[in-house]
Amino acid sequence: MKVTPVNIRAWSKLGQRGAVFAIAMPEIASGQENIKLLTADLALLSGMDRFRNAYPEKFLNIGIAEQNMIGIAAGLAMEGDCVFATTYASFIAVRSLEHVRQHLSHLQCNIKLIGSSAGVVAAKSGVSHWATEDMAFMRALPNLTVLSPCDCLEAVKAAEYAAAVQGPVYIRLSGGLNCPVVYKEDYEFVMGRLVPLREGRMVAVIATGLMVSEALKAADLLEEEGISVSVFNMHTIKPIDKEGLAEIFENYSMVVTVEEHNVIGGMGSAVAEYKAGFEKSPKQVLIGFEDCFAKAGSQRYIWEQRGLTAGQIAGKIKEEWSMMKHD
Amino acid sequence: MTKINEDKVVAENETATNRKGKENENQIERLTEMAKRMRLAALDMALASGQNGSHLGGSLSCIEILAVLYGQILRFDKEDPFNQNRDRFIPSKNHCVLAHFPALAEAGFIEREELLEFQKDGGRLTGYPKRVEIGLEYSGGSLGMAVSVGIGIALNAREHSRPTHVYVLMGDGELNEGSIWEAFMSAAQYKLDTVTAIIDRNHLSYDGDTEEVMGIDSLKDKMKSFNWFVSECDGHDIQDLLRAFSEREIGKPHVIIADTVKGKGVSFMENRPEWHHHRLSKEQYEAARKEVLGGVSK
Repeated sequence: MKVTPVNIRAWSKLGQRGAVFAIAMPEIASGQENIKLLTADLALLSGMDRFRNAYPEKFLNIGIAEQNMIGIAAGLAMEGDCVFATTYASFIAVRSLEHVRQHLSHLQCNIKLIGSSAGVVAAKSGVSHWATEDMAFMRALPNLTVLSPCDCLEAVKAAEYAAAVQGPVYIRLSGGLNCPVVYKEDYEFVMGRLVPLREGRMVAVIATGLMVSEALKAADLLEEEGISVSVFNMHTIKPIDKEGLAEIFENYSMVVTVEEHNVIGGMGSAVAEYKAGFEKSPKQVLIGFEDCFAKAGSQRYIWEQRGLTAGQIAGKIKEEWSMMKHD
Repeated sequence: MTKINEDKVVAENETATNRKGKENENQIERLTEMAKRMRLAALDMALASGQNGSHLGGSLSCIEILAVLYGQILRFDKEDPFNQNRDRFIPSKNHCVLAHFPALAEAGFIEREELLEFQKDGGRLTGYPKRVEIGLEYSGGSLGMAVSVGIGIALNAREHSRPTHVYVLMGDGELNEGSIWEAFMSAAQYKLDTVTAIIDRNHLSYDGDTEEVMGIDSLKDKMKSFNWFVSECDGHDIQDLLRAFSEREIGKPHVIIADTVKGKGVSFMENRPEWHHHRLSKEQYEAARKEVLGGVSK
């Protein structure tokens, strides 16, 4: 897809879901005959009109029946289709979990699961519509690749990647309309690689999804306080970038993971699991939902309850850094 | 998706069932003998499973269904098992292996000796595997999932104008699973007359009478109201099964409600819920074998 600064701004207005379904999917289907797009009654919300009009034979609305959607996707995939199946992350990753386990994980069907509104972007709809455990569920399933793009350009690139590879992929789309832009120009998306976005000396912050832009803002605030912070974007939760992490563990005395997700089982957990095998490794601070939900309200109101705004992230890092003994 | 003829025509299929005479008799005799061999093989497998036990009851209830499918209905070529034009048999009640694997042996996909290794560590038949090369089209095990998969296969076949017909074998107990009804709804929505679901209506699940555990009657009315074309038959009568398979209505998915007996063919297993999964002793094996060979059944 052609990436220009104008495109990047336009896609960000649509949000990650809109960028993937209104922009990327019709493009992908134009060059790949075996694409199918399945939704569970969220075609309008997801901006699928263009796709549906251009490729009516490649589009299926399964109705509000997520489990059946995964099964039908599996049947299509067994016959050679590359199937994108989507609804809210909470429904596709949690309600359908056993169907996903059977067909994507065990049978490795060529299905691309797109969970939209991951995190708490469906803020005022309440906990039922949030997904703050989806990475934990998807990450625990063998054979799945788990992607968590940080902005709309990266979401488009993740979808292009998923279409191009054989095998099951889960893409966690976070953020709503007017999604913050992290990449202001084109870049090469390499699955499984941590992306350094900002260079500092003292603390390494690893963030994923919408938290990447908050982490970058937090790093700016900390710079003013004399704490030099690197920020890495972890767009691939699985397989984890072992090489990139080993380098981080080598070069920093404190690692902070930030995610709009439960700290149990998510990206921070994945980093901690890998770090546990190192004889000498830095302290890790896990920022996210600490095994809880939150009161419904605006996304910002929810973030404030869980310490996920840039200011709170910076405050937490400063506090943890000051508690450490520095040579 | 391709539009199909919506005329509600009951097709009088020119199948063997409608032809009179010797050919018909021979066919029924052949399939009856095949079912008998499969029943004996099921007992051999059950004995071979030793202390582990096996799913005898629900396998013996669907022996004739599978004999008719593999002996007459399904189009496949064991020399070309991946041919995309083949029909698909998708076991939703995947614990029917004591009936399914003997059918695959009859069809020439596997050797009879291998049947006895169906629970062997590392064996290629162990644990409901998917292995298309030997006719295993789907790895089920978890109930209530396979109709959806069959729909996906049928949709792809229709898009590419392939003659594939999808047959899904279901238990009656698994109809308690909600996602099956999602699938039933969508098969009718997509007018998939290339999907046939066979319900092995043996009236028992693990814990007893299906109508006491969680009732599913009136099943025929339920399926009709979901816009499926419904056939009913005696699931142990070869001729009646052939008749049921030959019926269809254009534009509608087809369900065959096959009235069966759990543990069919062995008097001390028939209609006994404990034989859903049970170990078979050597004495029981001998007694059961005698009954099957003699064709004795209550």
